[in-house]
Amino acid sequence: MNLTPVWISLQLASVTVAVLLVLGTPLAWWLAMGRSRWRVPVDALVALPLVLPPTVLGFYMLILLGPDGPVGGPWLAVTGNTLTFSFTGLVITSVLYSLPFVVQPLRDAFSSVGGRPLETAAMLGASPRDAFLTIACPLARRGFVTAGVLGFAHTLGEFGAILMVGGSIPGETRAVAIAIFEHVETLEYGAAHALSAGLLVFSFVALLGIYTLNGRRVGVSV
Amino acid sequence: MGDRTMRGPRKGRCQTLRQWLLAMALLTAAVPAGAAPLHVAVASNFLTPLETLADAFAEQGGGELLISAGATGQLYTQITNGAPYDVFLAADQARPQRLVDEGLARADRHITYARGQLVLWARPGIALPAKGLAGLRPELVTRLAIANPALAPYGRAAREALEATGQWAALEDRIVQGQNVGQAFQYLATGNVSHALVAASYTRHDNRPAGAHQVVDTDWHAPVRQDAVILERTDSPDQALAFLAFMQGPAATGILQDFGYQPMDESQ
Repeated sequence: MNLTPVWISLQLASVTVAVLLVLGTPLAWWLAMGRSRWRVPVDALVALPLVLPPTVLGFYMLILLGPDGPVGGPWLAVTGNTLTFSFTGLVITSVLYSLPFVVQPLRDAFSSVGGRPLETAAMLGASPRDAFLTIACPLARRGFVTAGVLGFAHTLGEFGAILMVGGSIPGETRAVAIAIFEHVETLEYGAAHALSAGLLVFSFVALLGIYTLNGRRVGVSV
Repeated sequence: MGDRTMRGPRKGRCQTLRQWLLAMALLTAAVPAGAAPLHVAVASNFLTPLETLADAFAEQGGGELLISAGATGQLYTQITNGAPYDVFLAADQARPQRLVDEGLARADRHITYARGQLVLWARPGIALPAKGLAGLRPELVTRLAIANPALAPYGRAAREALEATGQWAALEDRIVQGQNVGQAFQYLATGNVSHALVAASYTRHDNRPAGAHQVVDTDWHAPVRQDAVILERTDSPDQALAFLAFMQGPAATGILQDFGYQPMDESQ
């Protein structure tokens, strides 16, 4: 059996989670601590991928990232490559697709840390950046683990959106869920079973790990 | 309907249930007799023509169709797992044949209902060569969308045509695959590819994108025959038969040709 799709999915999930942790941490911090009136609408925006069908995201991304699109056009002009049908395009799609799974656990973790430890640190002369990195982040480490594992597992199971943006290119955009779909379509049930069971077991173990760590509370909510 | 009443102290709920059942029975009786809709599972590429055919069939007094569209393989898998369809219009010949072999459809209720043609389509501003696919210069192709040859008959036909014209090797690394011909067409319609090999039926589509297109010479690929079967489990065999007969009649043939399908050859 060809395991390339598994490798593609693992790469996609790793890169997506890395990007989301970098972009999602400040966003989650702002959602937890900020006082702006934009907080509630942004919170709702972040939760959108939880409730929208992935094909909606895929359809918009196909237009947005296409050579005529507002993102794909400039990208094509600068790099000479199209974003659709590329691994980069899948990463952008997956970042949006898994956004709430990373941002929400972080937001909740930062909320439960609260402002007091940081005030104390400030009084002792720590700069805000120091206080954030040495106090808030370690206190919120469970949130980081939850966010990382949930974002990774969710991206691994992604189908509808990358089906539309990827074009099923072997070794580039044919991810594991796409491969399973194609195996079922071509009646290769053995291969479909093997990949499906692998995904099932991995997802269960990942969730079991988080639940064990967090005492039965996983922070994704609409 | 079963006539088993519940016993015990829950008479109130039982009454309500009965009233509901009575209301449902009255509602279904209010619909003209014999109008239990025929449930048709159709390959996505044939959904638009089928909607037009369904209207014509209803006008002839054939009754309503309930249409479920999907990928041929997915519909096949649903049928083998007991999906409640009466008729299956596939995008290929293989899956209906398998259903016959497996005893889920009858051999004497198995027809070819359409012969699809392949078209080469280019984005606006890109001219197509007079020699067709054989004369296509690879350097003018940034991306070529085809349906997945492993899944979709139009994909297989596209691959055959590219191989027959000696274009496969030059274009292989620029090919993007849709899971079916509809998705390949979507890549063209959203401007994501410069060229596409798709079903000719899309040239008659209301929302077709601009751009030149030409029919691919049928000598370059095996004909794309689409087969239909009546499923063994159907409760409306007569209506299903009437529908298949309609599909082979003059009215349907006219509609099929309007949608870019070739007339049936006699050699089948």
